[in-house]
Amino acid sequence: MRTAAHNRNAVNAAREITLAQLDGSQRQGRWKGPAFEAVLLTAIFVAILTLLAVILWALTAGWERLDLNLLRNMPSGMASRLGESGMQSAIIGTFYVMVGLIVTVVPLGVSAAIYLEEFADHDTWYVRIIEINLRNLAAVPSIVFGILGLAFFYRGGLSLGSVVYTGSLTLTMLVLPTVIVTAREAIRAVPPSIRHASMGMGATKWRTIWHQVLPSSIPGIVTGTILALSRAIGEAAPLIMIGAATFVGWNPDGPFEGSFTVLPVQIFFWSAQANTDFHILAAAGVIVLLGMLLMMNSFAIWLRNRFTREW
Amino acid sequence: MSDAHAPLVEASATRTVPDAPLNPVIEAVDLNIYYGSFHAVYDVNLAYGKNEITAMIGPSGCGKSTVLRCLNRMNDLVASARVEGTVTYHGINIYDPKVDPIEVRRHIGMVFQKPNPFPKSIYDNVAYGPKVTGMKLESSLDEHVEWCLRKAALWDEVKDKLKESAFSLSGGQQQRLCIARAIATKPDVILMDEPCSALDPIATAAVEDLMVELRNDYTIIIVTHNMQQAARVSDRTAFFTARPDETTGNRTGLLVEFDKTTTIFSNPSDQRTEDYISGRFG
Repeated sequence: MRTAAHNRNAVNAAREITLAQLDGSQRQGRWKGPAFEAVLLTAIFVAILTLLAVILWALTAGWERLDLNLLRNMPSGMASRLGESGMQSAIIGTFYVMVGLIVTVVPLGVSAAIYLEEFADHDTWYVRIIEINLRNLAAVPSIVFGILGLAFFYRGGLSLGSVVYTGSLTLTMLVLPTVIVTAREAIRAVPPSIRHASMGMGATKWRTIWHQVLPSSIPGIVTGTILALSRAIGEAAPLIMIGAATFVGWNPDGPFEGSFTVLPVQIFFWSAQANTDFHILAAAGVIVLLGMLLMMNSFAIWLRNRFTREW
Repeated sequence: MSDAHAPLVEASATRTVPDAPLNPVIEAVDLNIYYGSFHAVYDVNLAYGKNEITAMIGPSGCGKSTVLRCLNRMNDLVASARVEGTVTYHGINIYDPKVDPIEVRRHIGMVFQKPNPFPKSIYDNVAYGPKVTGMKLESSLDEHVEWCLRKAALWDEVKDKLKESAFSLSGGQQQRLCIARAIATKPDVILMDEPCSALDPIATAAVEDLMVELRNDYTIIIVTHNMQQAARVSDRTAFFTARPDETTGNRTGLLVEFDKTTTIFSNPSDQRTEDYISGRFG
């Protein structure tokens, strides 16, 4: 019976050890978990408080000019007519530029992402160069894209002049890397089993992508596009570079004719005025810009939810 | 373990089959498969008989799934894969440069290990194949979908919810939906890659019954880890094993024995087959 006693001792010892492991009271550094949580919460609060501060400032500073005239009237440079000065041309200009941006950047970005994910051979030197460039392009300052736009879209290659679509193209260059990277991520998330099922029944690669891969990656693509547009709508520098004017008293005639301005440019020039009455307008403009951003994103989120599917 | 020589699996003689496949639909001749420099499968010669169920069994890494995926050129999707030898389908070498792999896959359908319905409705899952391959249907699409679902013994369970998501079905139903989807393009061969490995015993039994049912109209080739399953449903069994390379240690798959299932499970001629089916290795 020595083995039985031996076994019993072993079982007891094992139980002791297990219990000691599970007993948290002896554990070192129990404060680490809550402390980590506190750091994370602080980070969130800093972000939210900053945003709230901006909105509150803009609301209080621009309150007296948050009226329909702001939306209806054209901007005026005359101090005497400041009370009725609005930003219709900037709102319409921003809207046009954004539409031009969407119809350009989504097809370009999604096509590039499909090529890189579904067709490219990642061992070849040119695909590697494209990959490295993509990662670096996302970090290029926006003013550099403004210079590019000035040289190739305004003058040079396309010679479009200072029109809405020049702005759209310049912003396209700016946010294209974001759209490509997020669309690739979305395409990569589609399970390979779906591709195999489609190919296995004799569908061509093209039809597999069109009918299975793309519909399944729409939510991810839309999310990436939201991020890209949210950045683009607030850009002033590259558009100033390609000649977005200010105090434009009329709306752009179309994508390829007539001078234009956009909200960030208008706000920038208002806030640069010496007359502090312009600063009230600038603050009101910030609210309008935030409102447009919110509407755009709400639409995109609605679109995303419509296409979200369970696996 | 005294009676280790007695087969653990009792082969059920489902029906009498000729000693060799009379009308081979698919024949692999001197088939060698490589992934890059890795020799995955060595010199396989196999004939798959018309309206028969052929099972391919063997331990993991013996190349049976690789062989299966070569039969409808799904291995083409692996960039490094290379095939030597020939695979003929009704006498035509499907690796001939003039042959379009897309066309091959329309005639040789496939069912995968995990049920993988499309994130679409039950109806659209079945209708997808005929739609994207531009098939000329004799009946309307609705009738064709019903025919496929009836063939897959799923119609009665789903006829009232054709517009619902395929993911509302149970795992076993999803796999039968995948079978319905595979026969929707009217193939005459169905390849099944461990079709029951993700299913519970009841769902497995339903799929096995379906295979036996489908044998009347289709040629079925199945890869399975489950020897009892091979014994229950198949007419012929091919046993594969893996042989380590002396210099590199890479394991190359090869065909050990191919015979009637009753013979493989009751009177195998190769010692390795007997060891495997009696549970002594693998």
